Amino acid sequence: MKKALKIVVLAKQVPDTRNVGKDAMKEDGTVNRAALPAIFNPEDLNALEQALVIKDMNPGSTVQVLTMGPPRAADILRDAMFRGADGGVLLTDRKFAGADTLATSYALSRALVKLQPDIIVAGRQAIDGDTAQVGPQVAEKLGLPQVTYAEEIVSLDENQIVIKRRLEHGVETVSCPLPMVMTVNGSAAECRPQHAKRVMKYKNAKTPSELQAVDNDYLRVQCNCKEYLNIGEWSVADVDADDNQLGMSGSPTKVKKIENVVFQAKEAKRLTSADADIDGLMAELIASHTLG
Amino acid sequence: MANFFLDNKDLQYHLEHPLMKKLVELQERGFAEKDLYDYAPVDFEDAMDNYRRVLTITGEVCGDVIAPNAEGVDEEGPKVVNDHVVYAPGTAKNIEAVTKAGLFGMTLPRKYEGLNLPLICFVMANEMVARADAGFENIWGLQDCAETLNEFASEELKAEFLPRVSRGETCAMDLTEPDAGSDLQAVMLKATWDEAKGTWLLNGVKRFITNGDGDISLVLARSEEGTTDARGLSMFVYDKRDNAVKVRRIEHKLGIKGSPTCELVFTNAPAKLVGDRKMGLIKYVMSLMNAARLGIGAQSTGLSEAAYREALKYAHEREQFGKPIIEFPAVFEMLTNMKAKLQASRAMLYETTRFVQLYKTYTHISHERKLEPEERAEMKTYTRLADAFTPLLKLMSSEYCNQLAYDALQIHGGSGYMHDYPIQRIYRDARITNIYEGTSQLQVVAAIRHVTTGTYLSQIMEYEKAECPGDLDQIHKRLVAMREEYEKAVEKVVSAGDNELIDFHARRMVEMAGHIILSHLLLRQAADLEEYRTSAIVYSKYGEAQIKAAAEYIANSCNGDIDLFKQVLDEH
Repeated sequence: MKKALKIVVLAKQVPDTRNVGKDAMKEDGTVNRAALPAIFNPEDLNALEQALVIKDMNPGSTVQVLTMGPPRAADILRDAMFRGADGGVLLTDRKFAGADTLATSYALSRALVKLQPDIIVAGRQAIDGDTAQVGPQVAEKLGLPQVTYAEEIVSLDENQIVIKRRLEHGVETVSCPLPMVMTVNGSAAECRPQHAKRVMKYKNAKTPSELQAVDNDYLRVQCNCKEYLNIGEWSVADVDADDNQLGMSGSPTKVKKIENVVFQAKEAKRLTSADADIDGLMAELIASHTLG
Repeated sequence: MANFFLDNKDLQYHLEHPLMKKLVELQERGFAEKDLYDYAPVDFEDAMDNYRRVLTITGEVCGDVIAPNAEGVDEEGPKVVNDHVVYAPGTAKNIEAVTKAGLFGMTLPRKYEGLNLPLICFVMANEMVARADAGFENIWGLQDCAETLNEFASEELKAEFLPRVSRGETCAMDLTEPDAGSDLQAVMLKATWDEAKGTWLLNGVKRFITNGDGDISLVLARSEEGTTDARGLSMFVYDKRDNAVKVRRIEHKLGIKGSPTCELVFTNAPAKLVGDRKMGLIKYVMSLMNAARLGIGAQSTGLSEAAYREALKYAHEREQFGKPIIEFPAVFEMLTNMKAKLQASRAMLYETTRFVQLYKTYTHISHERKLEPEERAEMKTYTRLADAFTPLLKLMSSEYCNQLAYDALQIHGGSGYMHDYPIQRIYRDARITNIYEGTSQLQVVAAIRHVTTGTYLSQIMEYEKAECPGDLDQIHKRLVAMREEYEKAVEKVVSAGDNELIDFHARRMVEMAGHIILSHLLLRQAADLEEYRTSAIVYSKYGEAQIKAAAEYIANSCNGDIDLFKQVLDEH
C-alpha cells in the first residue's frame, strides 16, 4: 500500500508571449500586459501533468496548485482543477507586487511551509521572464533536494522518487528522497485536457474575494456549502511573511537599462552547389568565427 | 491551437435555438438531479453554460489532437495482430485524448456515469470530430450504441455495460453478414441457449463491421431455430473480454481508413440477450439505424465543413493570371453555392436532431411516469417528424457532402488530385456517406411515404406561417411557388394510382420536398440574423431551379417511360 502523498504544483499566470502583436511592448520597453492574453505558463502545465501522474500512481494523493499573482490569476487555478487538481491557493496581496525571483521564491516558500507537501512540482521556467530560478530557489529556502529538467517519473515509493532528466547531451536518471522539489522540462508529457465532468463540477469554484463580487445568492450558498468550490486566498499575514523580503523591497534585481532589439535579417544569399561557391562560404564563415 | 467549436459561428448559432429551453427542461426533468450529482446543472442558464464548455473542450481536442493526426491515421490505418485490431498510432492517441477529456457517455444518464447532455450536443460533437477525421468519428460516435441499451436493455445489463461506455470503452454494432446487407432479414449468425453454461452462445460470421473489435458489441443473431425472416432475430450484447470473437480481416477501403471495418468469426461466443427475444430487427435495429443515420448526417456536415474550408483557403492562396483564383466568377460561384449547401445541411441536421431528441426524451419519460394528454400528442408529432426528417437528412446531407468534396477538389485543380493536400482524403472519406447506413436510394424508400401521406407538405405549411420581415418576403413568395409546383407534381404521380410510377419518381419528389424544407430553414435563420441572408437567397434559387427541373421531368413523363428504362434488364 502506497502512502497518499501531498503534492503542490507551483504555477504562474503569464502574458502569452508566443503570440506577440505590434502593441506587445510599451514605449518604455516593459511588457504591455493588457494587450496580451493571460495564460497558464506552458511548462507549469507540464508540471501539473507530472503531479497528476504521481497522483494516478498513488491513488488517494492530493494535488494542490499554488500561484502568486493578482486576483485574476485564480483563472489558472480553476483551469488546473478542470484538468485534475484537487484545489488551489492564490497568494495575493499588494505587498507581493513587483517581486523578482528572490522575493517570489520567498513568498512561495512561506506558503509551502504552511502546506507541508511531500513533493513540489514546478515548471522549468516561465515564458515572461525565462529565468528558471524560482523552482531551485524555493528548494534552497526550504532546504529540500531538487531535481531540475525532469521529463518523466520512472518510479516512486514512500521514501524516494526516480526521475529521468532531459539534459543538453542526453538523458540522466536520478533518485531523490522525499520531500523534494522537481522542475519539469517542456519536453515532458503534455498536460491532459480539461475533463468534461470536472469542468461542470468546478466551474463555480471561487476565491473569497471573487465570491463577494458575485450577485447570485444561489451561487453564494452553493459555494458556502460545497468545500471543493472554495479556492484558498492567502495574504502576507496568512503566510506569516517578513514584509522586508517581499515585493519591491525584497527584490535585489534592478533593471539597469532596457533596449528594444530589432532583428535585422540581411537578405538571403543564394549559392549554387558549385565548389567555388562552397569554398567562398567556408572562407566567410571562418572569417566571422562562426566556424573553426 | 485550433478550436472547432469556437471557430464555427454557424455551429454555435444552432445551440442557441429557442426550442432549447423546452428541450433542456425535459432532458433535466426540471433539474431534479442538481443536489444528487456535483456536475448536474441547477437551471437552464447553468445547463447551457455546461454545454458550451463541454463543446469548447471537444472543439479543442478536435483542433489540436484529432485533426493533426488525421493524415498519419489515413496513411497507416489499423492492422490485425493475433486476431485482434491494433489501431493506427494516431487513432490510439485520439482515443486517449477523448477519454482524458471525459467525452464518452455523452448522452447517458448520470446514474451510469454519463454526462446527460442533450442529443444536440452529442451531434455537434460528432460533427466536429468528423470535420477533424471522419474515420475517427465512427469509432468515437459508436458510443451511441449505448443509447439502444439504455432504451431497451434490462436494468441489470444497463448497470453492467453503460458505466463502461462512460469510462471510454468503445462499441460496435454487428449487423451485416456476407449475405445480409441492406436486407437484414437474411441474418444467419446463430444464437443458441446453452443450459449447462446458462448463457447464449453465438456462432457465425459478420462482415463490414465498423470497429468490430470494440469492447462492447451489439449483435443481431438468429435465436429462433428454423426461422428465416425478421421475426427470428434477437439482439445480444457481447463483451470483448470473453475473447471468443476473432477478427479475420480488415477491409482495404477507399476512405475512412482509420476506422477498422472487420470481418468477424464468432465461435461459441457468450452473449446476453437485450430486451425481448424476436424483437432484434423489428424494434431495436430500427432504433439503432435511425440513430446511426442521424450520425451520418453529422458526419456528412462535418466533412462538408472541412471541404469548404480547404477550398476557401486554397482559393485565396492560389494565384493565376496575376490574382487569387477566388476572384474568378467560376470559383466564387462554386464557393458561394458550397457555403449555402453546407449551411442548409447543418440547418436540417439540427432541426432533425431536435425532433429526435424530443420524441426520445418523451419516450424515456413515459417509462418513468404517465404522460399528460398534451405531452402524448407532442410525442406523436415529434416521432412522426423525426421519422420523416431522418432519411431526408441522411439523403440531402450525404449527397451535399459528396458535392462539396467534389467541388473543393476541383478548386484545388491538379494539386487536389495529388496526395499533397488534405482535400484528397476528404474526397475519399466523403464517398461512403451516401452508401453506408442505407444508401441514398434506400433513404428515398424510407422517405417516400412521407411524400405520399403529406408529412412533408404539412410541415412545409407550418414553416410558411412564419413571418418574413422586409425584402425576405420575396424569398417567401418563391418558396410558396416551389411548394405549389411540388404539390402539383406529387398529385400527378400519385393520382395515376400506379406504385411503380411512384417508385420511379420517388427520388425526384423526395428531393423536391428536401429543397423546400432546407430553403425554409435558411429563410428562418435569415429572418433571425442578417448573416444568413446570402445563403437563404442562394439556396432558394438553387432549390427553385432543381424543383423546376424535376417538375418538368414529371410533367412530361408518362407511364410508358418506365418500359424504356426496363430495357436495360435484357442487356448482359
